[in-house]
Amino acid sequence: MTELSVTNLATAKTISNPVFDVDAIRREFPILSQTINGKPLVYLDNGASSQKPLAVLDAMDRYYRESHSNVHRGAHTLGDRATSAFEGARETVRAFLNAKSTRQVIWTRGTTEAINVIANGLAGKLKAGDEILVSHMEHHANIVPWQMVAERTGAKVIPIHVTTAGEIDMESFDSLLGERTRILAITHVSNVLGTVNPVEELIRKARSHNVITVIDGAQAVPHFKPDVQALDCDFYTFSSHKLFGPTGIGVLYGREELLEAMPPYQGGGEMIERVTFERTTWNILPYKFEAGTPAIAEAVGLGAAIDYLDSLDRTGFEAAEKALLERANRLVETVPGMEVIGTASNKVPVLSFKIAGLHPSDIGTLLDQQGIEIRTGNHCAMPLMDLYGVPGTARASFAFYNTLEEVDQLFAALQKIQRLFV
Amino acid sequence: MGATAEQFVTNPLGTTTTIDDVISDLEFLDDWEDRYAYIIDLGKQLPSFPDDERTDENFVHGCQSQVWLTHYLDPASGRMYLLIDSDAMIVRGLAAIILVALNNQTPRELLSTDIDELFERLDLFRHISPTRGNGLRAMVGKIRDLAARETTSGEPKKI
Repeated sequence: MTELSVTNLATAKTISNPVFDVDAIRREFPILSQTINGKPLVYLDNGASSQKPLAVLDAMDRYYRESHSNVHRGAHTLGDRATSAFEGARETVRAFLNAKSTRQVIWTRGTTEAINVIANGLAGKLKAGDEILVSHMEHHANIVPWQMVAERTGAKVIPIHVTTAGEIDMESFDSLLGERTRILAITHVSNVLGTVNPVEELIRKARSHNVITVIDGAQAVPHFKPDVQALDCDFYTFSSHKLFGPTGIGVLYGREELLEAMPPYQGGGEMIERVTFERTTWNILPYKFEAGTPAIAEAVGLGAAIDYLDSLDRTGFEAAEKALLERANRLVETVPGMEVIGTASNKVPVLSFKIAGLHPSDIGTLLDQQGIEIRTGNHCAMPLMDLYGVPGTARASFAFYNTLEEVDQLFAALQKIQRLFV
Repeated sequence: MGATAEQFVTNPLGTTTTIDDVISDLEFLDDWEDRYAYIIDLGKQLPSFPDDERTDENFVHGCQSQVWLTHYLDPASGRMYLLIDSDAMIVRGLAAIILVALNNQTPRELLSTDIDELFERLDLFRHISPTRGNGLRAMVGKIRDLAARETTSGEPKKI
């Protein structure tokens, strides 16, 4: 085994894209310039939640200082400003997803709530014996809501097999997709493995069987822009906080006919057209699914996050992320006993791993001592942990603001930890 | 089956190794690497944990790693002896420190030990992230529950 040697590798300067100035980008994220346990922070837990640029912090601050009131209510100036900022953010999300209409963009608290709204809304279409296909690599948020609906309706939740490399087993999918399949609920990108699933193909096949398709985009949107019309999915969901926006808000995109047919999720203000004690009628889309006062400042913050991302050079952004993953992959062999879990050919920059003889929690604790923040544990994907026969993994998940030097620091720290246990 | 009385009472942690030993050792170690190397070494002193004691009842919930804990109340001395096991090395080390602090005491003595004050003296929370993941509090909580139960039941646990 060789020591980490940066001289063996192309240096940061020659790899990085000159257009994509990571140092300038890092200055936009104030949280990154601090020390943890006396060491400069290396934040590699972006898969759990990513950090927020000044553009987002400023937009939310400005909203509260200048524009806040309730939305869609009062005939007054602040109410109009708040409504216009809020609905402007919805339009920004529509454009981000390339949805046809803002009627199809529904605010939720996050991906989890979005999937619960869908599962609940589709329950009426399910009966005993119907099948809901998920994959073995789903986050619990894309398993449990379906299990709850299955319990109520007598439908069954069936997992599509995942290969050792961490890819959807297409033979398994083809054999499971059949007469009884009603719904395909699958992640665009695995939170544990980083695998980018071939959702276009899965959706095309599912739709040819009249199967409703639900895509969990939580881990995809921080790395690339989905196009819901090109994907031709029925539903697409994501969370703001992983997309460099605030916590507490997320998005449910849906095909309009399906959304129209679905019952509301919660009752209350905003979601109604007219209320009498005899009969209450629902508001139009998207408000039918937005009971109560929404997370207005958070919507504004998410809009600002997307505007900020749009201001970056996408090609440079994607090349920078690719370089991070490549560098990490090349350094794996410098840590004795290190093994990567998830070696799909198409991956976002996520590195789940184990080190022989070490528990993931040991790795996480000792990396934190060195200022390096990663995630350890089962990643809310216990069925996948069982499939790989591990209690959990350590996961370094990168964002475009991470540097090649930080990748080197991670591996130098892992070498140190490995020596501590020998 | 299960652990024998001998396995419990011969545990060096909390008998021959005392909390004062650990405090004075850790005081000398400034560097995180040395402190953790010491904690990992302490973990290696945990006596072996019988496989058939790895039961649901003995499982400690609230830890990121798997932790088991069993106890024995010595009828002659009235002292409570503890065995802990974990699949994570640092958790084993933390368990060893807990044992040094709480093992080999009567349930009443154990309940009157101010464990937070001890952790403060050890400066543990400055150097060890107090996340729910490491399960330090979960282990202490379970031990205190066991001690409380022993003081109310009056009957020594049979093994």
